[in-house]
Amino acid sequence: MTSSAAIVTLDHVSKRYGPPGSPPAVADLSLTIPAGEICVLVGPSGCGKTTTMKMINRLVEPTSGRITIDGEDVTAIPAVELRRRIGYVIQHVGLFPHLTVGENVAVVPRLLRWPPARISERVEELLDLVRLDPATYRDRYPAALSGGERQRVGVARALAADPPLMLMDEPFGAVDPILRDRLQNELLRLQARVHKTIVFVTHDVDEAIKMADRIAILQRGGVLAQYDTPDAILAGPASEFVEHFVGADRGLKRLSLLRVRDLPLSDPLTASVGEPRGDLRRRLESAGADYALLLDADRQPLGWIGRHELRDNSSLAADDATPGSPTLQPETTLRDALSTMLGSSVQLGVVVDEADRVLGVISVDAISDVLRSRPAQ
Amino acid sequence: MTPDEPFIRWDWIVANLDDIGERTWEHVLMTVIAVVVGFAISFALSLLIVRWRRLYAPLIGATGLLYAIPSLALFALLIPLTGVTLLTAEVALVSYTLLILLRNIVAGFDGVPRDVVESALGMGYGPWQLLWRVQLPLALPTIVAGLRIATVTTVGLVAVTALIGQSNLGSLIVQRGIRASFPTAILVGAFGSVLLGVLADVGFIALQRRLTPWVQARRG
Amino acid sequence: MEFLADVIAWFTAPEQWAGRDSIPIHLGGHLALSLLALVGGLLVALPIGIAIGHTGRGSFLAIGLSNVGRAIPSLAILGIVFPISLRLNLGFGFAPTLIALIALAIPPIVTNTYAAIREVDRDLVEAGRGMGMGELHLLARVELPVGAGLVMAGIRTAAVQVVATASLGAVISADCLGFFVLKGIATQDDAQVFAGALMIAALSMVVELSFAALQRLVVSPGLRSDRGLTAFTEPGRVPRDALP
Repeated sequence: MTSSAAIVTLDHVSKRYGPPGSPPAVADLSLTIPAGEICVLVGPSGCGKTTTMKMINRLVEPTSGRITIDGEDVTAIPAVELRRRIGYVIQHVGLFPHLTVGENVAVVPRLLRWPPARISERVEELLDLVRLDPATYRDRYPAALSGGERQRVGVARALAADPPLMLMDEPFGAVDPILRDRLQNELLRLQARVHKTIVFVTHDVDEAIKMADRIAILQRGGVLAQYDTPDAILAGPASEFVEHFVGADRGLKRLSLLRVRDLPLSDPLTASVGEPRGDLRRRLESAGADYALLLDADRQPLGWIGRHELRDNSSLAADDATPGSPTLQPETTLRDALSTMLGSSVQLGVVVDEADRVLGVISVDAISDVLRSRPAQ
Repeated sequence: MTPDEPFIRWDWIVANLDDIGERTWEHVLMTVIAVVVGFAISFALSLLIVRWRRLYAPLIGATGLLYAIPSLALFALLIPLTGVTLLTAEVALVSYTLLILLRNIVAGFDGVPRDVVESALGMGYGPWQLLWRVQLPLALPTIVAGLRIATVTTVGLVAVTALIGQSNLGSLIVQRGIRASFPTAILVGAFGSVLLGVLADVGFIALQRRLTPWVQARRG
Repeated sequence: MEFLADVIAWFTAPEQWAGRDSIPIHLGGHLALSLLALVGGLLVALPIGIAIGHTGRGSFLAIGLSNVGRAIPSLAILGIVFPISLRLNLGFGFAPTLIALIALAIPPIVTNTYAAIREVDRDLVEAGRGMGMGELHLLARVELPVGAGLVMAGIRTAAVQVVATASLGAVISADCLGFFVLKGIATQDDAQVFAGALMIAALSMVVELSFAALQRLVVSPGLRSDRGLTAFTEPGRVPRDALP
């Protein structure tokens, strides 16, 4: 799969909706987004982050200033053509209800008049990329999909024509936190493969810290408060506004910089369905442990079994385990992991890979250690 | 209602099948002309409304006013202008379709979700492509519903045009029936137009189902 | 325009105001037919609509009736009633037209009344029952007042429908304003045709506006329901709900 990424520059860009003299939505904004990076525009409402993003694909026309993509001024080409070269994902996705999933994904290639064979191939490729089995999903209509599935189709659709630039406007804003974590992780995995330039708008500073290579914090009126890597911003906020916006718990926020995969995982004692209880009890006793993780045939976690539940020698069944709390993934930030574990009142979080297979466990203590060990600000 | 023997003369029906067929065909033709012309006008007007929203109220008001005039009166008002002709009939018939079609077409376009329009524009659809490939297909169910109601209404109104000399199933009711004190013709004309109306209704429902396969899809 | 002068001349000619086929006679006939048909329709349809709405049973009737009503053109109803009326020796003109008009008036009143009662928030009804209100009490104090708007919309629809269709009674020689239109066509008297049409149109407008005002009066200021679920679409009636 070919991959391309563009450099985006904003040069003294501003947008004013009223007559000259009225307060601007975006005032004199200049920044450069390096190729292949995720740049997150974040700020309170009214800061012009969405307006700024929309000026890149000219859904909003700048009042003054210049925007270039790979050096080419965006006003140099017809808007419609420009947009076909940029991937666009919005909060409620906006999948076309009257087209199947396959047809939705094929929209831009069709507009660009790709040969049908190539389109078909590309649709398969993309559905695989977002982990939706083409055979199952290709001919379904959006109404038959879940929220998460729709988001994924939206991303696939935006990537269809292999654009060098993607614009995403609060794409995960409308889903629940657990699904949001999953989708964020998937996007990060995707980006690791395709390395596109992505401009990502969000109001959630934690999402910004998790997703961004670079964060642009905007104040009301599109004023750039700070533009730097997440680490740098947390370590050295440029102003009181930034400090306030990022939040007083900067120490905790730094937990957003680390991910589950950055910590060593422990191996829990595992049991399989069908194992006699007596065997498991003996293993637990010799290991000095009280709980074992029950796995199914695919190494997917079914839940925990306590030593006190192993009275006789019958075989373990799938529903013997107490269903565990939400699972964690390697890309999940330590902050989200801690939040999930505390929310479910568990000491251990089960970490799974993209196919939901168990990789190991992580403990609340291990995360707290990280908090303690990092230099305080 | 069970007609007894001398009430309906079945032999007459059989003997006059040709005429009945011709009247039916004329009835269908008049209906089709009115609905097609009415749709063309309404569609053009609604494109204007989509562009300039403030036109909506006055246009709905005007077409509503036309609609409120009883059919016989509307035909009659036109007679001094266009005579006792097919043109008079069709002008009035078209006028009656306008309110229904205009309302439904505009409602159809209004019903297209905003995020669909936004994502379409963001992906690079030009304005005409947006109309043809996105807005129109999604507005179709409502538009077809409007066509359905307009057509069934028109079928009924066509019968009244027999009073101004037009030839259709209504003439069976009026000229061959009432004026000749001949119940059979009345009943044939009456049931004929009812049947046409029902067929049109059912036909449009089927059409709508065929045109919008995505409406049936729902999460299990 | 010369034509308008003709029309005015027709209106002011003395023959129109005295004698057998004068304006007063036909106007009177038209109004009589309309009024009686509306009353008759109310007498039949209101109880039915209330009963179906309150008990919730037989709703298929309410909905089916409106669908059937829409499919049958009024000329057809007239056409069907007429021969029966002859059979039963009820004669030309008045009787069959009245019967047909009553038949036309019933569906919108039933449908709207049913919908009105149904639409009354079931919570209100339950609250009332919980407070110990008897069924009749509920009906009178809760369901009817709250549903009044929709019921009025149904009555209004029926009224306009009836007044408009009454003009067709001229086909079967009933005394009504349609007489002038048909006579004018037969005698190729364009002025008369136009005059007849003007009268019909004017009467329709008056009825429509009066009932609209009445509807607004009846609805308690706390509610606002201008949506009638009428199925009738001809001649000359606006379907309040044109969507599928």
